[in-house]
Amino acid sequence: MSNRSFALVAFAFAVAFAAASQLIPNEYFFTAAYTVLQFVILATAWNILGGYTGYVNFGSAAFFAIGAYSTVVLYNAFKAPLPVMIVAGTLVAGLAGLGLGYLTLRLRGVFFAIASLALSVVLFTFIVNWDYVGGARGAYVLQPREVPFGLPRYIHLLYVVMVLQAAVALVVARAIEKSTIGRGLAAIRDDELAAECSGVPTLRLKIFSTMVSCALMGMAGTTFPYYLSFIEPSSAFSLSYAVNSIAMPLIGGMMSWIGPLIGAILLGSVQQLVQVMFSLGAWNLLIVGALLVLFVTLAPNGIMGWVETWRRRKGH
Amino acid sequence: MEGSTALVVNAIIAGLLLGGFYAAVSLGISISFGMLDVVNIAHPAFIILGSYVAYIVNDRFGLDPIVVSLVLSPLFFALGMALYRVYYICFEKRGQESLRGLAFFFGILFITEVTLVLIFGVDYRMVSTAYGDVTWRAGDVDLPMRLFVPFVVSLAMVIGVQLFLTHTFFGRAVLAVAQDQLALRLMGVNPVRVKELAFALSIATAGVAGAFLIVIQPVQPSIGREYIGLVFAVCVLGGMGSIWGTLIGALVLGLAESFTSTFFGPSWAPAVSFGLLLATLAFRPSGLLGR
Repeated sequence: MSNRSFALVAFAFAVAFAAASQLIPNEYFFTAAYTVLQFVILATAWNILGGYTGYVNFGSAAFFAIGAYSTVVLYNAFKAPLPVMIVAGTLVAGLAGLGLGYLTLRLRGVFFAIASLALSVVLFTFIVNWDYVGGARGAYVLQPREVPFGLPRYIHLLYVVMVLQAAVALVVARAIEKSTIGRGLAAIRDDELAAECSGVPTLRLKIFSTMVSCALMGMAGTTFPYYLSFIEPSSAFSLSYAVNSIAMPLIGGMMSWIGPLIGAILLGSVQQLVQVMFSLGAWNLLIVGALLVLFVTLAPNGIMGWVETWRRRKGH
Repeated sequence: MEGSTALVVNAIIAGLLLGGFYAAVSLGISISFGMLDVVNIAHPAFIILGSYVAYIVNDRFGLDPIVVSLVLSPLFFALGMALYRVYYICFEKRGQESLRGLAFFFGILFITEVTLVLIFGVDYRMVSTAYGDVTWRAGDVDLPMRLFVPFVVSLAMVIGVQLFLTHTFFGRAVLAVAQDQLALRLMGVNPVRVKELAFALSIATAGVAGAFLIVIQPVQPSIGREYIGLVFAVCVLGGMGSIWGTLIGALVLGLAESFTSTFFGPSWAPAVSFGLLLATLAFRPSGLLGR
């Protein structure tokens, strides 16, 4: 399928899905689905760098928070309309990714991973000390009273936005994967030295994929302050984002765009269920951590890896 | 002494004491990451685990946490051996250490933290020691014993490890692994076995450092995260695989943090180590004493 037809299908599906789910009478569905979709975007974005290029980003929470806090800044400054906030958050996160990549991607991959961890603590400290966006106390970002497009509540709008953003993330990820850029990234992942020797512009490709990946993570965070109506550093920088956006692609499978999608829907829904049944956040995180370690040791290619082996066996 | 001079002198002393402790915390990473090329980002988890072990024994039996940690360090050694064996079989042997190995350690870090939260809650825990409330004073200059005792023991530990690495057969084998694994194999030494024991040593130092930590300040499970950047910052700043470099890097970082919290406020202190790490990676990735 060409990129254009995939994009058409993805957006048609997203619109149909978003429209159909408006019939669901249960408010909780939208709250829960928002979280799962958020993870779909984060996992897909992480996989562009992690899965395609082989560089581990531990700072997903930082880029997510950049998106969220750029919304807070725009809200405090001019109550900017939502689309402006989304675009701005995406751009700022992308620029941050560009900067981080430019500084550390010349070194071994480990250093990028450690620097990404470092970045989230530096940003966290910065936000905690920045009073304009609420500092450690947090800030209120109130949902507008009027909801456009005749939707009953603001959360419905946020949900629709999230569905569309997820579609954007998937289309971008798939387009990169199928393009020459994607092949270059795969070459870097398999053997960076060999790729460099064969004339693949490794540094430029790495920086590009970092930038796109981080921008999408920022995009996922832009509507977050409206979702909670209140934002504080510890919720925006929650470790849950970092660990989930790594665990989901690893569990789903990192080789193609569909793996993170499967991982995010599966793991995200399980976490929502656990939350509803036991209302214990810590157990949730324990499950994700345990699944991450189990999969990475016992099934390194994830669920899609199983599917591949099963297909190959059937083929013979 | 004038007020501001006393402030500076106190900041220097506090920074050096803190730096000594940071050296103990980063010693293990300097071995596992610097020499063995095992990127153990779960290292802080074992430090916190060490804190909690010291806390439990101190709480039940009233024993000194640092003595306890030294006595119990074989337990951490064994834990380290087991962990390296899993890591070797699942990742290093298959050549997947760069991505999946990292994710594995990240998962271990996470599981340890959440398990501790589930058992002990998020309350801060502390220990009672004979010297915890004692402070020596000379004029305006303070020397708190809760920082000084860990500082002395940690210096002893760092020097001990350095002597061990340079003066014993096994220690030299560890240094050789860091330089050329193939050559070691040709000499008839099994690098995997050497790495296993050296990694175990690194985890044992983490357990002891955990006891220092809980003597210095109250501990709760998630403060381990703050140490991830710190240990790597010290290791990279000092130069990969150099124990003296680690000591110098730790002292530099301790001083930088102490000055930041004295003159800009303690809420900025966590950013110092990470800022220093980012700056080192950007401008001098080989570190101060790097090869």
